[in-house]
Amino acid sequence: MSAIPLLKVNDVSKFYGSRIGCRNVSFELYPGEVLAVVGESGSGKTTLLSCLSTRLMPTSGIVEYHMRDGQYRDLARMSEAERRFLMRTDWGFVHQNPADGLRMTVSAGANVGERLMAVGDRHYGNIRASASDWLRRVEIEEDRIDDQPRAFSGGMRQRLQIARNLVTSPRLVFMDEPTGGLDVSVQARLLDLLRGLVHDLGLAAIIVTHDLAVARLLSHRMMVMKDGAVIEQGLTDRVLDDPREPYTQLLVSSILQV
Amino acid sequence: MHLRDGVRLPVVANVSFSVKAGECVVLGGPSGVGKSSILKMLYGNYGVDEGQILMEHDGRLVNLADAEPRIVLEVRRTTLGYVSQFLRVVPRVSALDIVAEPLQARGVTAAEARDRAAELLARLNLPKELWALPPATFSGGEQQRVNIARGFITDHKILLLDEPTASLDAKNRTVVVEMIAEKKETGTALIGIFHDEEVREAVADRIIDVSEFSPRKHAA
Repeated sequence: MSAIPLLKVNDVSKFYGSRIGCRNVSFELYPGEVLAVVGESGSGKTTLLSCLSTRLMPTSGIVEYHMRDGQYRDLARMSEAERRFLMRTDWGFVHQNPADGLRMTVSAGANVGERLMAVGDRHYGNIRASASDWLRRVEIEEDRIDDQPRAFSGGMRQRLQIARNLVTSPRLVFMDEPTGGLDVSVQARLLDLLRGLVHDLGLAAIIVTHDLAVARLLSHRMMVMKDGAVIEQGLTDRVLDDPREPYTQLLVSSILQV
Repeated sequence: MHLRDGVRLPVVANVSFSVKAGECVVLGGPSGVGKSSILKMLYGNYGVDEGQILMEHDGRLVNLADAEPRIVLEVRRTTLGYVSQFLRVVPRVSALDIVAEPLQARGVTAAEARDRAAELLARLNLPKELWALPPATFSGGEQQRVNIARGFITDHKILLLDEPTASLDAKNRTVVVEMIAEKKETGTALIGIFHDEEVREAVADRIIDVSEFSPRKHAA
C-alpha cells in the first residue's frame, strides 16, 4: 500500500440548523484501503458520506483529495464543474437504491457506456465492448445488454450500478448500504463480487453500512459512529473482536448468530 | 478484554517472551487463562492496553501493539500468519480458493496458487470432491484442514497456531506435526496452543506457562 493518503479528512462537521449531522470527524484513507462506517440509523454516517463525496457542503472542516496530477485539492474550493468531473471519472458512488444511481429508461449497455463517454470515449464499438465486458464481470448475461434496468431484479440492478461506477477505473468509491434491501443469497453474491473487484482493482472505498457482517467481509478498517461522532475506530477485526466502547459492544453483541 | 456495558475483564498482565526463527513455542496452562487472548493480541485482533509487540517485518522492527491498521494488514500479508480455531467462511468462495488466497495476495498467479493449494489439501487428506465447494457445510475437521492449509501455504516468517489439531484424527494430526517440523526447518517462528499432549510433545521447543501472567498474581 502506498504511503500517500488518497483522502485527508480534517475535523469535518455538518449541522442542520442546530441539529448535529456529524461532528469533528478526522481520518485519512490510503489507496486500496476499504473503510466501513457503521452505526445505527441517525448516527450521522450517511451525512458524513455526503460531506466527503461533495453531495453536501460541510459546515466546517476540510476534505482534501489527492488528484491524479499528484496535488491535493480542497474539495470545497473546487468549481462545480471540477467536482462533477471528479464524480464522473475518478470516483464512484453506489447508492442503496439502484434507481438513484442508474438511468432506468436507457439500456443496461448505455448505463455503463455513458460514464465512458463522460471521460471522452467516442468510439461506439469500444464503448459497447467494454460495456459488455463489465456486464460479464458483474455476472449479467450478455443478451441483457439492450434491456432497460426497469426489467431487472433488485440484485441485477445493484450489480449494474456497480458496473456503471467501475467502468471508468475510479480510484475511490463511496457506497451507501450497497447490500441493503437485498435478500441474503443475492447479498452473498454481491458481497463476493464486490470483494473480488475491490481486491483486483485495488480500489479505495468508503462503505456506509449498519450490517457488521458486511463490514467484516469487505473492510480493512472500521469507524463506529454514534450521535454524529466517531466513537471508535481501528482495524475491522480488532473493533469487532475486542470492542472498546460500550456502544460498539452493544452493536457487536446484538448480531444474530445463525 | 472488553465485553459488554463497558465491563472490563483483566485477562493477562506483563506478558513477556521472545521467539527465535525456527523455534516453536507453546503457550501452556489451563483453559481460560488467556492463551488465545495472547495469540489474538499478537495477531492484532485484540487491542493491547499496555506494552509492545515487536516483530521483524521487511527488514525493520514493527510494534504491532500501536501500528496503524494498514501496517497491521501489511504485516499479516507478508510476515505474520495465523491458523485460527474456526474457519471464517466467505459465501460462495470454494475451499481451494480460500486456501490459495493468501498466496495470490502476495502476487503469485492464480493458477500456481491453486496448484499449491491442491497439494496441501491432498496432503491433509481432504476429499477432492470438496475442493470446489464453499466450506460452510463442511464438518469441523474438514473446515479445520482448510484453515491449516490456508495458514501453511505461504512462507510467513511468524506463524500463530490456535489449536490447529483440535478436531483432527490421528492420521491428520501426524501430517500437521510434520508440517510444523518443516516450517521450523525453514526458519519460521511458531507460537501455538495445543491441548493434545502428544502433539505438544512432538512440536514444542519450549512451553510458556501462561498462568504466570495472571493479573491477580501481579495484584497480589
